[in-house]
Amino acid sequence: MNSTIKPLRLKQPSVIPGFGITMGFSLLYLSLLILLPVSMVFINTSSIGWETFWEIVTTERVLAALKISFGTSLLAAAVNVFLGLLMAWVLERYSFPGRKIIDGLIDLPFALPTAVAGIALTTLYAQSGWIGQLVAPLGIKIAYTPLGITLALLFISFPFVVRTVQPVLQSMELEAEEAATCLGATKWQTFYKIIIPALLPAIITGFALAFARALGEYGSVVFISGNMPMKTEIAPLLIRTKLEQYDYAGATAIAAVMLIISFLMLLFINVTQWWASNRDKTN
Amino acid sequence: MAGNISGGIKTTDRNQGSAAKDSKVVRNILITMAMLSFILILVIPLVFVFVKAFEQGVGLYFAAISDPIALKAVQLTLTAVGISVLFNTVFGIMAAWAIAKFRFKGKNLLITLIDLPFAISPVVAGLIFVLLFSTTHGLFAPLLNAWDLKIIFATPGIIIATLFVTFPFVARELIPLMESQGTAEEEAALTLGASGWKTFWLITMPNIKWALLYGVMLTAARAAGEFGAVSVVSGHIRGLTNTLPLHVEILYNEYKFTAAFAVASLLTLIAILNLIIKNIAAWKINQHNM
Repeated sequence: MNSTIKPLRLKQPSVIPGFGITMGFSLLYLSLLILLPVSMVFINTSSIGWETFWEIVTTERVLAALKISFGTSLLAAAVNVFLGLLMAWVLERYSFPGRKIIDGLIDLPFALPTAVAGIALTTLYAQSGWIGQLVAPLGIKIAYTPLGITLALLFISFPFVVRTVQPVLQSMELEAEEAATCLGATKWQTFYKIIIPALLPAIITGFALAFARALGEYGSVVFISGNMPMKTEIAPLLIRTKLEQYDYAGATAIAAVMLIISFLMLLFINVTQWWASNRDKTN
Repeated sequence: MAGNISGGIKTTDRNQGSAAKDSKVVRNILITMAMLSFILILVIPLVFVFVKAFEQGVGLYFAAISDPIALKAVQLTLTAVGISVLFNTVFGIMAAWAIAKFRFKGKNLLITLIDLPFAISPVVAGLIFVLLFSTTHGLFAPLLNAWDLKIIFATPGIIIATLFVTFPFVARELIPLMESQGTAEEEAALTLGASGWKTFWLITMPNIKWALLYGVMLTAARAAGEFGAVSVVSGHIRGLTNTLPLHVEILYNEYKFTAAFAVASLLTLIAILNLIIKNIAAWKINQHNM
């Protein structure tokens, strides 16, 4: 591959060695560990046939699970846009005691095993728990309801928006904001006319990452949801249940739907980043 | 995909003395709101794990974490972490070298494919290996049965599933950094007669070591904590195919809450240690790049 003289070259010449072996190993490892296994879902789905597939994914229970998964993930990701923006802003723009520690702890949900988050949140939000008993008199139940699922998803997808917005905020020049202020813009006008547009690609990326992560989440939700079919059963859990009942076709069909959504999310994130870099170039 | 290196460098209150300075009131309200959500979302669950773990006294705590089945789970978790870190670090360095140091067609597609495991549900990750290696339904079932091999419901399955979910982390940290560092230094070394291997160890490695450590920490954290994928392939065989997170689940479902939280607190301590090392790495990366 290093010394191709063909007019259509896949790789441009370079004095740096090792392309063949590093690329070869990477592609082999990627194919064996990721691509072949993932393609199994589609191979198995196509073998059950389109009609059976459609029948499975449009049953009431599957539709309900997808709806709950989508609804709670969207809500959690949306709330995290606001919380993430707030956290990123405060961490980047203000100095206050403990800021460094908070900044270091933001990634906790990435480092903490989801099962630990799951049992901690469930016990906290159960009706006898620290937080659960505070809201119980108001007639609000958190654990074993969609609200509980949303709160668990909020926890595990918390760092995404903070971490995508922070570097952009950090490298942003203050001149534009200062100019706006000098020209008589109010604080609020500066915020949504100058700052928000600059942060938008990062916000969208963070939202998409948080949503994708929340949609696939299993470990924390399995504890807090109560797993009642039609009410608090999320799609990943239904895959698990079907597998345990040896319903491989059913599990695979739902997995295919989830995988297609995963691909769409990746595509969406890439398009957002491409749009952002193009926008920056034209500016 | 999940968080590029972003920890670290901080300017001190850039807002100070600027024309666009926020008023004190707004500033205080925003800081208070951020602090409250931070405490409510992250701090309370963190503290709660330890409160619950020690609720019934230190004796029960140590009994729970020195239980033979718990120790077996520790062993399996450490094995999975070790193998994932080893394999995915080798892959990460190789992939980053090929992607960052050369120009070729299809680079963006390759990067997207490396990101794929981030976007896939852990349960689906477990399922795909069942579809491959199940001895009743899997693609390789005839082969596995002929050779009497067990992958699913056994340790190899757990390790393969962990490899899958931790696949992108090292590569994802190294690619952007190595791309931004370019190839000038390596080219200089090669022109002066250094071998490719020597160039890598003496030029590239010192430039990427902190990012590598950062990626390794992300890999280790995910490998130690993975639940969904491992749960699907494990078969829950006690003392045999249980990792620490799965052990937590079993204890919790048996209403042994104190023991569950004791083991959970052990995992939490590992997570905090991991975060500290990661933050040091991020700080070093920023120092290096300034």
